[in-house]
Amino acid sequence: MAAGIRYSDVALGTELPSASFPLARVDLVRYCGASGDFNVIHWNERLATSVGLPNVIAHGMLTMAEAIRVVTDWVGDPGALVQYGVRFTRPVVVPDNDHGATLDVSAKVTELLDDNCVKITITASCEGQTVLGKAQAIVRLP
Amino acid sequence: MALNADFIGREYPVSAPYLVGREKIREFARAIGEANLVFFDCVAARALGYPDLIAPPTFATVVAMESSHVVMFDPDLGLDFTRVVHAEQSYAYARPICAGDELIVSTMIDNIRTVAGNDMLTTKASIDTVNGEHVVTATSVLVSRGVDS
Repeated sequence: MAAGIRYSDVALGTELPSASFPLARVDLVRYCGASGDFNVIHWNERLATSVGLPNVIAHGMLTMAEAIRVVTDWVGDPGALVQYGVRFTRPVVVPDNDHGATLDVSAKVTELLDDNCVKITITASCEGQTVLGKAQAIVRLP
Repeated sequence: MALNADFIGREYPVSAPYLVGREKIREFARAIGEANLVFFDCVAARALGYPDLIAPPTFATVVAMESSHVVMFDPDLGLDFTRVVHAEQSYAYARPICAGDELIVSTMIDNIRTVAGNDMLTTKASIDTVNGEHVVTATSVLVSRGVDS
């Protein structure tokens, strides 16, 4: 089932298959339950707007979880991940309608490292605006 | 209110063990829309050499949740929870978290600084098995927005 990417197949600038992830209100509620993070700004529009947000926003950790799927799906074995970090630069606003928000994720190899490792820089955006900064992963390839 | 910079280096008591269950991994994987079989199917996980299901990379947040709350709600630290934003998160993995792991979390305050009137708190949480095997280190930056920003 592994995609079978090998270190020797990869070059600087290699682009990973991009993906789009829909995020509707029900996805946020499901993530609240699965993660244990029930912060009201992720499910209660009244309280989210009362603290100055435009609407309910997705958990940063949910955005982070979706974004790395582009990398782990490419590698096949998620255990190849050595490091992963992001900055949450802009909230993903999830309106109360049928389609919610869409997270668009692309990624490319930006550094070849020792020990069969490569650094991947991830771009995650919503409505054309990036929502993660310095989103980088290091994976060790066979 | 500015955070108490004397707390840099403060170590919190090690958490109670968290036993990683298969169904919790599956629930979390479904919640993030995962389809990779190594999070759902023991046969697929074993085919990659793992003893049991592995957890998605950000599952560490579930394991560390209680410990992060201990820091956030530490009255002596003085974090105003209503003004806190999660600014950065990173993980350094020794190996993936695996079903059956019994994990303990050791959290310390790595840094406190003030940037443009906002308090920035960096915590480091080492997640290890009860047998002393290191699994992952989680680094979080929380920002408490200053009253003027």
